[in-house]
Amino acid sequence: MSEIPGDLKYAKSHEWVRREDDGRITIGITDHAQEELGDLVYVELPELERELTATEDMAVVESVKAASDLYSPVTGRVVEVNQALADTPELINSDPYGEGWILRLQPAADADFEALLDSEAYEAVAAAGDG
Amino acid sequence: MNRRTALYELHVAWGAKMVPFAGWDMPLHYGSQISEHHVVRRGAGLFDVSHMAVVDIAGADARSFLRQLLANDVAKLEHPGQALYSCMLNEEAGIIDDLIAYLRPGGRYRLVMNAGNRERDLAWLRTRVAGHDVQIRERRNLAILALQGPGAEKILSQVLDASLGVAGAKLAPFCGVWKGEWLVARTGYTGEDGFELILPNAAALELATGFCDAGAVPVGLGARDTLRLEAALNLHGSDMDESLNPLETGLGWTVAWEPEARDFIGRSALSAYRERGAIWRRAGLVMDGPGIPRGGQLVHFSNGGQGVVTSGGFSPTLGKGIALARIPVGCAGVETAEIEIRGRRVAAHRIRPPFVARGTGLQGAEVVA
Repeated sequence: MSEIPGDLKYAKSHEWVRREDDGRITIGITDHAQEELGDLVYVELPELERELTATEDMAVVESVKAASDLYSPVTGRVVEVNQALADTPELINSDPYGEGWILRLQPAADADFEALLDSEAYEAVAAAGDG
Repeated sequence: MNRRTALYELHVAWGAKMVPFAGWDMPLHYGSQISEHHVVRRGAGLFDVSHMAVVDIAGADARSFLRQLLANDVAKLEHPGQALYSCMLNEEAGIIDDLIAYLRPGGRYRLVMNAGNRERDLAWLRTRVAGHDVQIRERRNLAILALQGPGAEKILSQVLDASLGVAGAKLAPFCGVWKGEWLVARTGYTGEDGFELILPNAAALELATGFCDAGAVPVGLGARDTLRLEAALNLHGSDMDESLNPLETGLGWTVAWEPEARDFIGRSALSAYRERGAIWRRAGLVMDGPGIPRGGQLVHFSNGGQGVVTSGGFSPTLGKGIALARIPVGCAGVETAEIEIRGRRVAAHRIRPPFVARGTGLQGAEVVA
Protein backbone atom coordinates (compact mmCIF):
# COMPACT_ATOMS: atom_id res chain seq x y z
CA MET A 1 0.00 0.00 0.00
CA SER A 2 1.38 3.36 -0.94
CA GLU A 3 1.83 6.24 1.48
CA ILE A 4 -0.81 9.02 1.49
CA PRO A 5 0.03 11.69 4.12
CA GLY A 6 -3.00 13.08 5.92
CA ASP A 7 -1.75 16.68 5.95
CA LEU A 8 -1.68 17.14 2.16
CA LYS A 9 -4.32 17.84 -0.47
CA TYR A 10 -4.58 15.85 -3.69
CA ALA A 11 -5.76 16.07 -7.26
CA LYS A 12 -7.49 13.16 -9.02
CA SER A 13 -4.63 13.20 -11.52
CA HIS A 14 -2.27 12.02 -8.73
CA GLU A 15 -0.53 15.28 -7.79
CA TRP A 16 -0.14 16.22 -4.13
CA VAL A 17 -0.35 19.81 -2.94
CA ARG A 18 0.97 21.47 0.23
CA ARG A 19 0.28 25.08 1.29
CA GLU A 20 3.43 26.59 2.79
CA ASP A 21 3.50 29.21 5.55
CA ASP A 22 4.26 31.96 3.01
CA GLY A 23 1.08 31.13 1.09
CA ARG A 24 2.86 29.44 -1.80
CA ILE A 25 1.86 26.00 -2.95
CA THR A 26 4.26 23.08 -3.38
CA ILE A 27 3.29 20.35 -5.85
CA GLY A 28 4.61 16.86 -6.43
CA ILE A 29 3.32 13.46 -7.50
CA THR A 30 2.03 10.88 -5.07
CA ASP A 31 3.76 7.74 -3.91
CA HIS A 32 1.03 5.80 -5.70
CA ALA A 33 1.79 7.66 -8.96
CA GLN A 34 5.55 7.06 -8.78
CA GLU A 35 4.93 3.37 -8.09
CA GLU A 36 2.70 3.12 -11.14
CA LEU A 37 5.19 4.98 -13.35
CA GLY A 38 8.27 3.00 -12.34
CA ASP A 39 11.82 4.39 -12.38
CA LEU A 40 11.76 8.09 -13.38
CA VAL A 41 14.45 9.06 -15.89
CA TYR A 42 13.58 12.58 -17.07
CA VAL A 43 11.51 15.55 -15.94
CA GLU A 44 10.50 18.49 -18.12
CA LEU A 45 9.80 21.53 -15.94
CA PRO A 46 7.97 24.76 -16.85
CA GLU A 47 9.61 28.19 -17.14
CA LEU A 48 9.59 30.36 -14.07
CA GLU A 49 6.83 33.03 -14.04
CA ARG A 50 4.60 30.93 -16.28
CA GLU A 51 0.92 31.42 -15.46
CA LEU A 52 -0.88 28.12 -15.05
CA THR A 53 -4.61 27.50 -15.00
CA ALA A 54 -5.99 24.70 -12.86
CA THR A 55 -5.87 21.33 -14.76
CA GLU A 56 -3.45 22.77 -17.36
CA ASP A 57 -0.34 20.71 -18.32
CA MET A 58 2.48 21.95 -16.10
CA ALA A 59 5.28 19.41 -16.50
CA VAL A 60 6.14 16.05 -18.03
CA VAL A 61 7.67 13.14 -16.17
CA GLU A 62 9.20 10.30 -18.12
CA SER A 63 9.72 6.90 -16.59
CA VAL A 64 11.40 3.92 -18.19
CA LYS A 65 7.89 3.04 -19.36
CA ALA A 66 6.40 6.23 -20.82
CA ALA A 67 5.97 9.99 -20.67
CA SER A 68 3.16 11.34 -18.47
CA ASP A 69 1.75 14.84 -18.25
CA LEU A 70 1.35 16.47 -14.88
CA TYR A 71 -1.53 18.89 -14.41
CA SER A 72 -1.54 21.99 -12.27
CA PRO A 73 -3.98 21.36 -9.42
CA VAL A 74 -4.58 25.11 -8.95
CA THR A 75 -4.36 28.38 -10.87
CA GLY A 76 -1.20 30.36 -10.19
CA ARG A 77 2.25 31.52 -11.23
CA VAL A 78 5.35 29.30 -11.21
CA VAL A 79 7.79 30.73 -8.67
CA GLU A 80 10.22 27.85 -8.19
CA VAL A 81 11.05 24.54 -9.85
CA ASN A 82 13.04 21.65 -8.37
CA GLN A 83 16.31 21.95 -10.29
CA ALA A 84 17.68 18.82 -8.60
CA LEU A 85 15.34 16.74 -10.76
CA ALA A 86 17.32 17.60 -13.89
CA ASP A 87 20.17 15.35 -12.77
CA THR A 88 18.39 13.11 -10.28
CA PRO A 89 14.81 12.48 -11.41
CA GLU A 90 14.89 9.33 -9.26
CA LEU A 91 14.31 11.58 -6.23
CA ILE A 92 10.65 11.34 -7.21
CA ASN A 93 10.81 7.58 -6.67
CA SER A 94 12.80 7.65 -3.47
CA ASP A 95 11.13 10.62 -1.75
CA PRO A 96 7.96 11.71 -3.58
CA TYR A 97 6.69 13.96 -0.76
CA GLY A 98 10.10 15.46 0.12
CA GLU A 99 13.19 15.83 -2.09
CA GLY A 100 11.14 14.76 -5.09
CA TRP A 101 8.85 17.81 -5.12
CA ILE A 102 8.22 19.24 -8.62
CA LEU A 103 7.46 22.96 -8.40
CA ARG A 104 6.03 25.84 -6.37
CA LEU A 105 3.22 28.16 -7.39
CA GLN A 106 2.01 31.49 -6.14
CA PRO A 107 -1.73 30.66 -6.21
CA ALA A 108 -4.21 33.12 -7.67
CA ALA A 109 -6.95 32.27 -5.17
CA ASP A 110 -7.45 30.09 -2.10
CA ALA A 111 -10.63 28.50 -3.40
CA ASP A 112 -8.80 26.10 -5.76
CA PHE A 113 -6.81 24.67 -2.89
CA GLU A 114 -9.83 24.17 -0.68
CA ALA A 115 -11.60 22.29 -3.45
CA LEU A 116 -8.88 19.62 -3.71
CA LEU A 117 -9.27 16.09 -2.33
CA ASP A 118 -8.28 15.20 1.21
CA SER A 119 -6.19 12.09 1.84
CA GLU A 120 -9.20 9.86 2.40
CA ALA A 121 -10.86 10.89 -0.86
CA TYR A 122 -7.57 10.45 -2.71
CA GLU A 123 -7.08 7.00 -1.22
CA ALA A 124 -10.36 5.99 -2.86
CA VAL A 125 -9.14 7.39 -6.21
CA ALA A 126 -5.82 5.52 -5.94
CA ALA A 127 -7.57 2.29 -4.95
CA ALA A 128 -9.99 2.55 -7.87
CA GLY A 129 -7.03 2.97 -10.23
CA ASP A 130 -5.58 -0.29 -8.96
CA GLY A 131 -8.75 -2.20 -9.79
CA MET B 1 -8.51 -14.44 -17.01
CA ASN B 2 -4.93 -14.20 -18.15
CA ARG B 3 -2.69 -17.23 -18.38
CA ARG B 4 -0.03 -17.73 -15.73
CA THR B 5 3.39 -19.28 -16.06
CA ALA B 6 4.63 -22.04 -13.77
CA LEU B 7 6.48 -19.35 -11.80
CA TYR B 8 3.52 -17.06 -11.13
CA GLU B 9 3.47 -17.65 -7.36
CA LEU B 10 7.24 -17.22 -7.21
CA HIS B 11 7.04 -13.83 -8.98
CA VAL B 12 4.42 -12.67 -6.50
CA ALA B 13 6.51 -13.94 -3.57
CA TRP B 14 9.51 -12.05 -5.01
CA GLY B 15 7.45 -8.84 -4.96
CA ALA B 16 6.87 -8.50 -8.70
CA LYS B 17 4.61 -5.87 -10.17
CA MET B 18 2.52 -8.17 -12.36
CA VAL B 19 1.04 -6.75 -15.56
CA PRO B 20 -1.06 -8.18 -18.39
CA PHE B 21 1.07 -8.95 -21.44
CA ALA B 22 -0.18 -10.74 -24.57
CA GLY B 23 -2.81 -12.59 -22.56
CA TRP B 24 -0.47 -13.51 -19.70
CA ASP B 25 0.18 -12.12 -16.23
CA MET B 26 3.88 -11.33 -16.33
CA PRO B 27 6.38 -9.58 -14.02
CA LEU B 28 7.19 -6.03 -15.18
CA HIS B 29 9.80 -5.51 -12.46
CA TYR B 30 10.50 -6.54 -8.88
CA GLY B 31 11.12 -3.02 -7.52
CA SER B 32 13.47 -1.19 -9.86
CA GLN B 33 13.67 -1.82 -13.59
CA ILE B 34 16.93 0.13 -13.83
CA SER B 35 18.76 -1.90 -11.19
CA GLU B 36 17.53 -5.10 -12.84
CA HIS B 37 18.94 -3.81 -16.14
CA HIS B 38 22.37 -3.20 -14.55
CA VAL B 39 22.36 -6.66 -12.94
CA VAL B 40 22.21 -8.26 -16.38
CA ARG B 41 25.06 -6.09 -17.70
CA ARG B 42 27.24 -6.76 -14.64
CA GLY B 43 26.18 -10.04 -13.03
CA ALA B 44 23.40 -12.47 -13.83
CA GLY B 45 19.67 -11.95 -14.25
CA LEU B 46 16.92 -14.54 -14.46
CA PHE B 47 13.91 -13.97 -16.74
CA ASP B 48 10.74 -16.01 -16.96
CA VAL B 49 9.77 -15.91 -20.64
CA SER B 50 7.43 -18.89 -20.57
CA HIS B 51 4.76 -16.77 -22.25
CA MET B 52 6.57 -17.20 -25.56
CA ALA B 53 5.06 -19.68 -28.00
CA VAL B 54 6.86 -23.01 -28.38
CA VAL B 55 5.89 -24.89 -31.52
CA ASP B 56 7.35 -28.27 -32.49
CA ILE B 57 7.61 -29.21 -36.14
CA ALA B 58 7.99 -32.92 -36.88
CA GLY B 59 7.41 -35.27 -39.81
CA ALA B 60 9.32 -36.42 -42.87
CA ASP B 61 8.98 -33.00 -44.53
CA ALA B 62 9.81 -30.88 -41.47
CA ARG B 63 13.05 -29.62 -42.96
CA SER B 64 11.72 -28.81 -46.42
CA PHE B 65 8.62 -27.20 -44.87
CA LEU B 66 10.70 -24.81 -42.76
CA ARG B 67 13.07 -24.11 -45.65
CA GLN B 68 9.99 -22.78 -47.43
CA LEU B 69 8.44 -20.99 -44.43
CA LEU B 70 11.50 -19.15 -43.11
CA ALA B 71 13.65 -16.48 -44.74
CA ASN B 72 16.75 -17.90 -43.08
CA ASP B 73 17.71 -21.45 -43.99
CA VAL B 74 17.33 -24.26 -41.43
CA ALA B 75 19.67 -26.33 -43.61
CA LYS B 76 22.43 -24.39 -41.78
CA LEU B 77 21.53 -26.31 -38.61
CA GLU B 78 23.76 -29.38 -38.40
CA HIS B 79 23.80 -30.42 -34.76
CA PRO B 80 20.85 -30.95 -32.43
CA GLY B 81 20.46 -27.90 -30.19
CA GLN B 82 21.87 -25.52 -32.78
CA ALA B 83 19.77 -22.37 -33.17
CA LEU B 84 18.89 -20.08 -36.06
CA TYR B 85 17.32 -16.64 -35.90
CA SER B 86 14.87 -16.03 -38.74
CA CYS B 87 11.96 -13.99 -39.97
CA MET B 88 8.79 -15.68 -41.18
CA LEU B 89 7.51 -13.63 -44.11
CA ASN B 90 4.22 -13.30 -45.93
CA GLU B 91 4.04 -13.34 -49.74
CA GLU B 92 4.79 -9.60 -49.85
CA ALA B 93 7.91 -10.18 -47.68
CA GLY B 94 6.26 -8.50 -44.68
CA ILE B 95 7.45 -9.88 -41.36
CA ILE B 96 4.76 -12.05 -39.75
CA ASP B 97 7.08 -12.79 -36.85
CA ASP B 98 10.70 -13.29 -35.91
CA LEU B 99 11.67 -16.50 -34.18
CA ILE B 100 14.39 -18.88 -33.16
CA ALA B 101 14.41 -22.33 -34.74
CA TYR B 102 16.26 -25.11 -32.89
CA LEU B 103 17.21 -28.44 -34.42
CA ARG B 104 15.96 -31.38 -32.37
CA PRO B 105 17.35 -34.89 -32.48
CA GLY B 106 15.83 -36.95 -35.29
CA GLY B 107 15.48 -34.13 -37.81
CA ARG B 108 12.66 -32.37 -35.96
CA TYR B 109 12.59 -28.68 -35.09
CA ARG B 110 11.38 -26.40 -32.33
CA LEU B 111 10.29 -22.82 -33.00
CA VAL B 112 10.14 -20.19 -30.27
CA MET B 113 7.94 -17.29 -31.32
CA ASN B 114 6.52 -14.08 -29.86
CA ALA B 115 3.68 -14.52 -27.37
CA GLY B 116 1.70 -11.73 -28.97
CA ASN B 117 1.77 -13.46 -32.36
CA ARG B 118 0.89 -16.96 -31.16
CA GLU B 119 -2.47 -17.24 -32.93
CA ARG B 120 -1.33 -15.54 -36.11
CA ASP B 121 1.80 -17.71 -36.34
CA LEU B 122 -0.03 -20.97 -35.74
CA ALA B 123 -2.73 -20.07 -38.23
CA TRP B 124 -0.09 -19.23 -40.85
CA LEU B 125 1.84 -22.47 -40.28
CA ARG B 126 -1.37 -24.49 -40.48
CA THR B 127 -2.50 -22.79 -43.68
CA ARG B 128 0.80 -23.61 -45.31
CA VAL B 129 1.12 -27.20 -44.19
CA ALA B 130 -1.13 -28.71 -46.87
CA GLY B 131 0.77 -31.19 -49.03
CA HIS B 132 3.60 -31.63 -46.51
CA ASP B 133 4.13 -34.59 -44.22
CA VAL B 134 4.47 -32.32 -41.19
CA GLN B 135 3.00 -32.27 -37.72
CA ILE B 136 2.66 -28.89 -36.00
CA ARG B 137 2.28 -29.07 -32.26
CA GLU B 138 2.06 -26.17 -29.87
CA ARG B 139 3.67 -27.07 -26.54
CA ARG B 140 1.83 -25.68 -23.56
CA ASN B 141 3.52 -27.68 -20.82
CA LEU B 142 6.95 -26.07 -21.15
CA ALA B 143 8.59 -23.20 -19.30
CA ILE B 144 11.32 -20.96 -20.72
CA LEU B 145 13.89 -19.38 -18.42
CA ALA B 146 16.62 -17.02 -19.59
CA LEU B 147 19.76 -16.72 -17.49
CA GLN B 148 21.64 -13.72 -18.85
CA GLY B 149 24.75 -11.74 -18.01
CA PRO B 150 28.51 -12.15 -17.59
CA GLY B 151 27.88 -14.27 -14.47
CA ALA B 152 25.44 -16.64 -16.20
CA GLU B 153 27.89 -19.39 -17.17
CA LYS B 154 29.19 -19.90 -13.65
CA ILE B 155 25.70 -20.07 -12.16
CA LEU B 156 24.50 -22.41 -14.89
CA SER B 157 27.31 -24.91 -14.29
CA GLN B 158 26.75 -24.77 -10.51
CA VAL B 159 23.02 -25.35 -10.62
CA LEU B 160 22.36 -27.78 -13.47
CA ASP B 161 23.07 -31.48 -12.93
CA ALA B 162 26.67 -32.33 -13.69
CA SER B 163 26.39 -33.58 -17.27
CA LEU B 164 24.08 -30.81 -18.47
CA GLY B 165 25.99 -28.14 -16.54
CA VAL B 166 29.32 -29.12 -18.09
CA ALA B 167 27.87 -29.38 -21.60
CA GLY B 168 25.95 -26.10 -21.19
CA ALA B 169 28.98 -24.12 -20.03
CA LYS B 170 30.93 -25.28 -23.09
CA LEU B 171 28.34 -24.19 -25.64
CA ALA B 172 29.28 -21.71 -28.33
CA PRO B 173 26.79 -18.88 -29.08
CA PHE B 174 23.65 -20.12 -30.83
CA CYS B 175 24.38 -23.73 -29.91
CA GLY B 176 22.39 -25.90 -27.56
CA VAL B 177 22.24 -29.25 -25.90
CA TRP B 178 19.20 -31.51 -25.42
CA LYS B 179 18.64 -33.86 -22.52
CA GLY B 180 15.25 -35.53 -22.70
CA GLU B 181 12.69 -32.72 -22.65
CA TRP B 182 15.30 -30.18 -21.58
CA LEU B 183 17.04 -27.80 -23.96
CA VAL B 184 19.88 -25.55 -22.81
CA ALA B 185 20.98 -23.08 -25.48
CA ARG B 186 23.43 -20.19 -25.56
CA THR B 187 20.92 -17.63 -26.82
CA GLY B 188 19.22 -14.55 -25.42
CA TYR B 189 17.71 -11.14 -26.01
CA THR B 190 19.94 -8.87 -23.94
CA GLY B 191 23.25 -8.38 -25.76
CA GLU B 192 25.05 -10.29 -23.02
CA ASP B 193 26.37 -13.80 -22.76
CA GLY B 194 23.70 -16.12 -21.43
CA PHE B 195 21.43 -19.09 -21.81
CA GLU B 196 17.84 -19.89 -22.54
CA LEU B 197 16.43 -23.06 -21.03
CA ILE B 198 13.28 -24.81 -22.17
CA LEU B 199 12.05 -27.43 -19.73
CA PRO B 200 8.88 -29.03 -18.38
CA ASN B 201 6.72 -26.69 -16.30
CA ALA B 202 6.98 -29.10 -13.39
CA ALA B 203 10.74 -28.53 -13.11
CA ALA B 204 10.71 -24.73 -13.52
CA LEU B 205 10.18 -23.69 -9.91
CA GLU B 206 13.11 -25.70 -8.57
CA LEU B 207 15.42 -24.47 -11.32
CA ALA B 208 14.47 -20.80 -10.93
CA THR B 209 14.93 -20.99 -7.17
CA GLY B 210 18.26 -22.75 -7.67
CA PHE B 211 19.56 -20.06 -10.02
CA CYS B 212 18.58 -17.31 -7.61
CA ASP B 213 20.06 -19.12 -4.60
CA ALA B 214 23.29 -19.26 -6.62
CA GLY B 215 23.28 -15.48 -7.15
CA ALA B 216 21.04 -14.72 -10.13
CA VAL B 217 18.58 -11.86 -9.61
CA PRO B 218 15.02 -11.97 -10.99
CA VAL B 219 14.53 -9.51 -13.84
CA GLY B 220 11.19 -8.42 -15.30
CA LEU B 221 9.95 -7.67 -18.79
CA GLY B 222 10.64 -3.94 -18.32
CA ALA B 223 14.40 -4.43 -18.17
CA ARG B 224 14.17 -7.04 -20.93
CA ASP B 225 12.95 -4.24 -23.19
CA THR B 226 15.69 -1.72 -22.29
CA LEU B 227 18.35 -4.44 -22.58
CA ARG B 228 17.19 -5.51 -26.03
CA LEU B 229 16.94 -1.87 -27.13
CA GLU B 230 20.55 -1.19 -26.07
CA ALA B 231 21.54 -4.35 -27.94
CA ALA B 232 19.55 -3.06 -30.95
CA LEU B 233 17.52 -6.26 -31.16
CA ASN B 234 14.27 -5.61 -32.97
CA LEU B 235 10.92 -6.03 -31.24
CA HIS B 236 8.13 -7.34 -33.46
CA GLY B 237 5.16 -4.97 -33.41
CA SER B 238 7.47 -1.97 -32.85
CA ASP B 239 10.53 -2.17 -35.10
CA MET B 240 8.94 -4.50 -37.63
CA ASP B 241 5.58 -5.87 -38.64
CA GLU B 242 3.76 -7.34 -41.62
CA SER B 243 4.03 -4.08 -43.56
CA LEU B 244 7.84 -4.03 -43.44
CA ASN B 245 10.43 -6.39 -44.87
CA PRO B 246 13.76 -7.55 -43.39
CA LEU B 247 15.80 -5.15 -45.57
CA GLU B 248 13.90 -2.16 -44.19
CA THR B 249 14.35 -3.22 -40.58
CA GLY B 250 18.03 -4.04 -40.28
CA LEU B 251 17.51 -7.77 -40.74
CA GLY B 252 18.99 -8.26 -44.20
CA TRP B 253 21.69 -10.45 -42.60
CA THR B 254 19.03 -13.00 -41.57
CA VAL B 255 17.87 -13.64 -45.13
CA ALA B 256 19.57 -16.66 -46.74
CA TRP B 257 19.67 -15.84 -50.46
CA GLU B 258 21.78 -18.90 -51.20
CA PRO B 259 21.01 -21.43 -52.53
CA GLU B 260 19.17 -19.50 -55.18
CA ALA B 261 16.82 -22.39 -55.86
CA ARG B 262 15.29 -22.21 -52.35
CA ASP B 263 11.99 -20.49 -52.95
CA PHE B 264 11.02 -19.32 -49.46
CA ILE B 265 7.77 -17.44 -48.97
CA GLY B 266 8.35 -13.75 -49.63
CA ARG B 267 11.50 -14.33 -51.69
CA SER B 268 10.24 -12.94 -54.99
CA ALA B 269 8.76 -9.81 -53.36
CA LEU B 270 11.96 -9.25 -51.40
CA SER B 271 14.11 -9.71 -54.52
CA ALA B 272 11.98 -7.22 -56.38
CA TYR B 273 12.31 -4.70 -53.53
CA ARG B 274 16.07 -5.16 -53.51
CA GLU B 275 16.32 -4.70 -57.26
CA ARG B 276 14.18 -1.56 -57.26
CA GLY B 277 16.47 -0.15 -54.59
CA ALA B 278 15.70 0.02 -50.89
CA ILE B 279 13.61 2.96 -49.64
CA TRP B 280 14.02 2.58 -45.89
CA ARG B 281 16.76 1.44 -43.62
CA ARG B 282 17.21 1.01 -39.90
CA ALA B 283 19.30 3.45 -37.88
CA GLY B 284 20.41 3.93 -34.29
CA LEU B 285 20.14 7.36 -32.64
CA VAL B 286 21.60 8.64 -29.39
CA MET B 287 20.12 11.81 -27.85
CA ASP B 288 22.42 14.80 -27.41
CA GLY B 289 19.71 17.01 -25.96
CA PRO B 290 17.27 16.38 -23.11
CA GLY B 291 14.33 14.04 -23.39
CA ILE B 292 13.54 10.42 -24.07
CA PRO B 293 12.64 9.35 -27.60
CA ARG B 294 9.55 7.15 -27.97
CA GLY B 295 8.10 5.04 -30.74
CA GLY B 296 6.18 7.01 -33.36
CA GLN B 297 8.11 10.28 -32.98
CA LEU B 298 9.44 11.90 -36.15
CA VAL B 299 13.13 12.10 -37.01
CA HIS B 300 14.21 15.13 -39.06
CA PHE B 301 17.40 15.31 -41.11
CA SER B 302 19.16 18.43 -42.38
CA ASN B 303 18.66 17.30 -46.01
CA GLY B 304 14.89 17.40 -45.51
CA GLY B 305 14.52 13.64 -45.07
CA GLN B 306 12.16 12.38 -42.41
CA GLY B 307 12.13 9.10 -40.52
CA VAL B 308 10.31 7.67 -37.54
CA VAL B 309 11.36 6.26 -34.18
CA THR B 310 10.33 2.60 -34.00
CA SER B 311 11.56 1.96 -30.43
CA GLY B 312 12.89 4.54 -28.03
CA GLY B 313 13.69 4.76 -24.39
CA PHE B 314 16.18 5.53 -21.68
CA SER B 315 19.44 3.61 -21.83
CA PRO B 316 20.48 2.84 -18.26
CA THR B 317 24.00 1.92 -19.45
CA LEU B 318 24.57 5.16 -21.37
CA GLY B 319 22.45 7.34 -19.09
CA LYS B 320 20.63 8.97 -22.01
CA GLY B 321 17.84 8.47 -24.50
CA ILE B 322 18.38 6.08 -27.42
CA ALA B 323 16.23 5.05 -30.34
CA LEU B 324 15.94 2.66 -33.22
CA ALA B 325 14.47 4.45 -36.20
CA ARG B 326 13.39 3.77 -39.75
CA ILE B 327 14.97 6.40 -42.01
CA PRO B 328 15.03 7.09 -45.74
CA VAL B 329 17.99 5.48 -47.47
CA GLY B 330 18.86 9.00 -48.72
CA CYS B 331 19.68 10.03 -45.14
CA ALA B 332 22.11 7.17 -44.58
CA GLY B 333 25.11 9.52 -44.82
CA VAL B 334 23.72 12.19 -42.49
CA GLU B 335 25.33 11.91 -39.06
CA THR B 336 23.02 14.11 -37.02
CA ALA B 337 19.28 14.37 -36.71
CA GLU B 338 16.56 15.96 -34.62
CA ILE B 339 13.86 13.95 -32.92
CA GLU B 340 10.53 15.68 -32.49
CA ILE B 341 9.54 15.17 -28.86
CA ARG B 342 6.23 16.81 -27.87
CA GLY B 343 6.53 19.49 -30.52
CA ARG B 344 10.16 20.30 -29.82
CA ARG B 345 13.08 19.20 -31.97
CA VAL B 346 15.87 17.71 -29.88
CA ALA B 347 19.37 16.99 -31.20
CA ALA B 348 20.55 13.42 -31.68
CA HIS B 349 23.36 11.70 -33.54
CA ARG B 350 23.50 8.51 -35.53
CA ILE B 351 25.42 5.46 -34.44
CA ARG B 352 25.77 2.07 -36.01
CA PRO B 353 23.74 -0.27 -33.76
CA PRO B 354 24.10 -1.84 -31.26
CA PHE B 355 24.37 0.85 -28.58
CA VAL B 356 25.79 -1.51 -25.97
CA ALA B 357 27.32 -4.96 -26.25
CA ARG B 358 28.75 -7.15 -23.50
CA GLY B 359 28.31 -4.43 -20.90
CA THR B 360 30.12 -1.76 -22.91
CA GLY B 361 28.86 1.32 -24.71
CA LEU B 362 30.01 1.37 -28.32
CA GLN B 363 31.25 4.07 -30.68
CA GLY B 364 32.82 5.85 -27.74
CA ALA B 365 29.43 6.33 -26.11
CA GLU B 366 30.29 6.97 -22.50
CA VAL B 367 29.01 4.47 -19.95
CA VAL B 368 27.74 6.02 -16.74
CA ALA B 369 29.09 4.60 -13.52
